[in-house]
Amino acid sequence: MDEPHEPMAGTMAEATSHDEHAAHDVAKHVRGYLLVGVTLLTFTAITVFLSYVNFGTQKANIAVALLVATIKAGLVAAIFMHLSSEKRMIYRILIFTFFFVLGLFWLTYLAWYDPISR
Amino acid sequence: MEIPYTVTARPDTGLWNAKVGIWLFLASEIMLFGGLFSAYVFLRLDAAPGAWPHGLLNVPVGTMNTAILIASSVTVVMAWASLKMRRFRAYWWYMLVTILCGVIFLAVKLIYEWPQKFEHFGAFIKKDALEKYEPYLGNHHLAEKGLPPRIEITGHLHNREALVDKNVKEYEIALDPVNADPTNPAMDRPHFLYVPPTDKIARIEKEDVQYANMFLPKHSAYFASYFTITGLHGLHVLGGVIVFTYLWLPVGTKLYKRNPEHLANRVEVAGLFWHFVDLIWIFVFPLFYLL
Repeated sequence: MDEPHEPMAGTMAEATSHDEHAAHDVAKHVRGYLLVGVTLLTFTAITVFLSYVNFGTQKANIAVALLVATIKAGLVAAIFMHLSSEKRMIYRILIFTFFFVLGLFWLTYLAWYDPISR
Repeated sequence: MEIPYTVTARPDTGLWNAKVGIWLFLASEIMLFGGLFSAYVFLRLDAAPGAWPHGLLNVPVGTMNTAILIASSVTVVMAWASLKMRRFRAYWWYMLVTILCGVIFLAVKLIYEWPQKFEHFGAFIKKDALEKYEPYLGNHHLAEKGLPPRIEITGHLHNREALVDKNVKEYEIALDPVNADPTNPAMDRPHFLYVPPTDKIARIEKEDVQYANMFLPKHSAYFASYFTITGLHGLHVLGGVIVFTYLWLPVGTKLYKRNPEHLANRVEVAGLFWHFVDLIWIFVFPLFYLL
């Protein structure tokens, strides 16, 4: 593999000082990324373990498993996908999506009252 | 033509183009998987007692694949961070590991997990014949314990011709442990480790069977949703691997030499997609493997 030379100066002259700042920020976050990775692996083991614990009803087991999965998904979204500090426009897109997904689930739910299949 | 805001942020939104683009795309992906998950939820809630199978998938293998996908999520974010810190060699290695993780995930699915299912057989017993096959179902024992009944007998089909030949009147099955010893309390719940079918043979008359088939999508609502969702998820993993490979090849090196921040942004966008694929799997794994 060729190690590329230092990026050409000048092409991004106006962004250079900003880049150095960003690089410093990123370096601070690296430990956090590794920590989240370890947490996710631990939570995976916990999910598997808890699925063999009897919480009384199957519904209770499903609720526990989905709770752990939601925590994991939240970690991925907040840290790996940088959603913990994103620009307002991204949040707006996601809020719209949230309501559309609710609508989608509602449409499927309506199938329960379908007079043809019932 | 120079496209604006590929590297620098637009002053009004504070975002560069591709970032908005990928999030709009991910929003449509949420709708795509949301539709399938909603189908799963309502199919499952609507299933008759005992009709939704539990413990048919290989949990250790699924756990391993989950760990592989999580590891690749870490390596792709590290690849991006390395680019931001202008450590190209580290980027190259992290990217390679990410690609390999994706390939291993797909290989496990396509070479091991899916074919193993295609080789497995299950027969749903008619309601009025359940009593006749009680030695394989153990429903009296389950009823005593307040557990849902078993309505299916599973294992390896010895006489494959029974699936197509109308003159063959019965299925000859090497029973899965759960049907070989159904009243054993150890069989009340699925096990972590996969145990292959026993050498205990059962003969099931076709007359008594409501529906029987290999574990294909058409076998049941469970396998239909399993193959559809994991199949679509697998296609996403494949797509991610292709994009990562493109960014990892010399094309990426050239772009890095020209404008490292541009490559970093491309990796960030591809990484966002990859994390989303990981996020979907975080729900697929418990819903299909564990519950």
